[in-house]
Amino acid sequence: MTIGFVMLCHTALDRAAQVARHWATRDCPVVIHLDKRVPARQFTKLKKALADLPNVDFSPRFACEWGMWGLVAATQTASELMLRRFPQVRHVYLASGACLPLRPVEDLRRYLDERPTTDFIESVTTEDVTWTVGGLDYERFTRRFPFSWKTQRRLFDGYIALQRRLGFTRRIPDGLDPHLGSQWWCLTRQTLSAILEDPRRPDYDRYFRRVWIPDESYFQTMVRRYSRNVESRSLTLSKFDFQGKPHIFYDDHLQLLRRSDCFVARKIWPQADRLYKVFLSADSAGTAATEPNPGKIDRLFAKAVERRTRGRAGLYMQSRFPNENWENGRTAAPYSVFEGFSELFDGFETWLAKAVGSRVHGHLYGPDRVQFAGGETVYNGALSDSAALRDSNPKAFLTNLIWNTRGERQCFQFGPADNQDISWLIALDPNAQISVISGAWAVPLFQSNRNFSDIRKEAARLQKIEGEHLNILRSPWLKARVRIWTMAEFLENPMEPLQTVIDEISPRGMRRLTEVPRLQDLTGFGRFLQNLKNQGMQPVLMGDFPVGDGPPDSASPRRGKPYLVR
Amino acid sequence: MAFIKSYRLRLARKRWRLRAVLKRRDLRAVVNRTDQIRRPDILLFCTLRNERIRLPWFLRYYRDLGVNHFFFVDNGSDDGSREYLAEQPDASVWTTTASYKAARFGVDWLNGLQMRYGHRHWTLVVDPDEFFVYPFCDTRSLRALTDWLDAAGIRSFGAMLLDMYPKGPIGAQPYHEGQDPFEIACWFDAGNYTIRRNATYGNLWIQGGPRARVFFPDDPKAAPALNKIPLVKWHRDYAYVSSTHMLLPRGLNLVYDDRGGEKASGCLLHAKFLHTFVTKSTEELQRREHYANSAEYRAYDAGLKDNPDLWCKWSEKYINWRQLEILGLMSKGNWA
Repeated sequence: MTIGFVMLCHTALDRAAQVARHWATRDCPVVIHLDKRVPARQFTKLKKALADLPNVDFSPRFACEWGMWGLVAATQTASELMLRRFPQVRHVYLASGACLPLRPVEDLRRYLDERPTTDFIESVTTEDVTWTVGGLDYERFTRRFPFSWKTQRRLFDGYIALQRRLGFTRRIPDGLDPHLGSQWWCLTRQTLSAILEDPRRPDYDRYFRRVWIPDESYFQTMVRRYSRNVESRSLTLSKFDFQGKPHIFYDDHLQLLRRSDCFVARKIWPQADRLYKVFLSADSAGTAATEPNPGKIDRLFAKAVERRTRGRAGLYMQSRFPNENWENGRTAAPYSVFEGFSELFDGFETWLAKAVGSRVHGHLYGPDRVQFAGGETVYNGALSDSAALRDSNPKAFLTNLIWNTRGERQCFQFGPADNQDISWLIALDPNAQISVISGAWAVPLFQSNRNFSDIRKEAARLQKIEGEHLNILRSPWLKARVRIWTMAEFLENPMEPLQTVIDEISPRGMRRLTEVPRLQDLTGFGRFLQNLKNQGMQPVLMGDFPVGDGPPDSASPRRGKPYLVR
Repeated sequence: MAFIKSYRLRLARKRWRLRAVLKRRDLRAVVNRTDQIRRPDILLFCTLRNERIRLPWFLRYYRDLGVNHFFFVDNGSDDGSREYLAEQPDASVWTTTASYKAARFGVDWLNGLQMRYGHRHWTLVVDPDEFFVYPFCDTRSLRALTDWLDAAGIRSFGAMLLDMYPKGPIGAQPYHEGQDPFEIACWFDAGNYTIRRNATYGNLWIQGGPRARVFFPDDPKAAPALNKIPLVKWHRDYAYVSSTHMLLPRGLNLVYDDRGGEKASGCLLHAKFLHTFVTKSTEELQRREHYANSAEYRAYDAGLKDNPDLWCKWSEKYINWRQLEILGLMSKGNWA
């Protein structure tokens, strides 16, 4: 008892001949079908190359266009020839010219000897199929497909649309339960001959002639009528990409293929010399007991599909430039934005860096330069501190920074004096944690040694900018984690909000803050605000401060002494 | 409106092609071995001037990748480049003393040659200091890539220009003929590139890297473009519009995914910053044959006077393509 290989070939015929020879010389009959569209000269050459092998034969040629009936017709006639000419064959293995045996034939023979009545064919009902491209699964069986998908796409799509509109459907012949699956199977003589000798075969063939991609459904459906024992998987390792095109194997897949323990793989790049050399020379029989285990290869290709369809979150580069809202993550990692904190607290950045153990920058979007942590002039990924470079594309600056520092959380200060172009980016970014003490920008003004009319003007400008920024942060489309306190609110109890924000940054820490940053001296701040009002400017974002000295509440910290909380 | 726009671009493409045909008359064949070219051959097109010292490594690099035939347009070299190239068995060489600028920085000359010889071939258009790196280039030949692109129905392949530089002043380590330039210039900027979409042509416009960082920190808009589409399954109707930055028809510029996925892409390692750069930039400044009145060279010249070091603490040292892929500068896409 032996295995017969039916090979469907159309290109790289020297490789096909090499593989055919490999099987034939190991006592496995081979029937080759060559696509009719290949010039006769090449056919003669192929025949000549294999002329010395008595158990290699050639079946009548059909034109095999992808997705059309020709492929099935070719398979049928080649299988008939195989069953007729080589009576010792028990299993017929359908392979292509780009297939390569990965394990010795002896392994496969023993494997099949142990399962003499099993048909290996992936055969899945249309409801369970997830891999069909173009959304045509059950409709493959109920519409007509006279046009080629590859060369007559408009007619193809148009005709389907027409059929849908007219409600036209075909009746599926009695006794058929549509199944789909990989084209590459291995069937027993009993099952295969039953399919080919079915008295109703002309009816079925006529029906399948107008089914779309019949090579993935004809045998898969028919086998359910006759097989006693269907093992619904293919013995051929064959993976498809997101467009439904087969993945190709190269020399650098050698180890993966070897460890997969699959019997046959497709498709192999014709110039993968090393693969052909290694796998066609190895004859050391392994153990037939080893089951194929393509898990690793599955993962590799699944990752490739994932990369092609979703990509890496937060990455903007030459071949991934998502439209807005199609980013699958606007930035690469979580980060925190602090607004008003460094104005209100003395040495806030140093304190925060210590408290959360992550990188704390100053005002990255400051008007003069980028204030990187530690006063660096260049940062991860060779980001420059030039404000002009940053402002030529402010959003890209942030996405670059977050991408470059993957693995280390970034915190930075932001305020109304900074470049505001990133407001929407951070507001719509689920990775952003934004904490705002509104109106705190007034503290540096309060402390500054400037003419009051300039201060008033500046205060009005900053209040307007921050007001617009806060409107964005209150937008209904908000995705960021945002907390906003007015300055007065915050000062009533500064520890509580700080603790919340910091717990969110490093949840595992969950430490009680033992040291708090030192508040700026706000003595006279209320008076200062009142002066602004008196000059005709209405400061609203800070909340209500009494005109009297000091912050509004009795909980006001005493200047100069950091205090412990609870 | 879309119709008018696409018709206008169609006219533009016809104009570039006509220019290419006319400018072909500038060229005089030094040696024409194009009868050697076979159906599936991969062709490389390059225009150069006085690059003799770079050529041995350049030829070796691309022969190893699997380029079958080289097309050179020599723009009046006087350092023996032309003679050296004419001796190469797999090269065809043309020469001209016409203006590089008038030929739109060589684009017209190469478009003309591609139109005549590149039809239905995979063509790679690079400068003598650009070295093409693509996913799996250490284990798979260029043919593997083009076969895969063919199978996937992709006509053009993007490769961003990645400026490579040495540590220390640019001229400090002299480059020897035949040497791998990246033994000296092995550093690059990993993450300071910014991207914009060109609404007319649909291509991306990428800027950044060490040149923007050091030479253009105050005028970023003037920094050179880094987006390139060097590998195209050529058709005689195609035309490069400006250097290899963009092409017509526009579909060829869509080498990026805009739905969040990653398409496969490579990099062009740019070995510009070797010791030859210092003399070259002075010379080019006098010739004024470069883009935007050689503004770029003017900026370099000003910068070079202080003997700049492009290297910084965050420069990455080049290892291989996998490193570039991890850093997000290029992608395997769905090629696995």
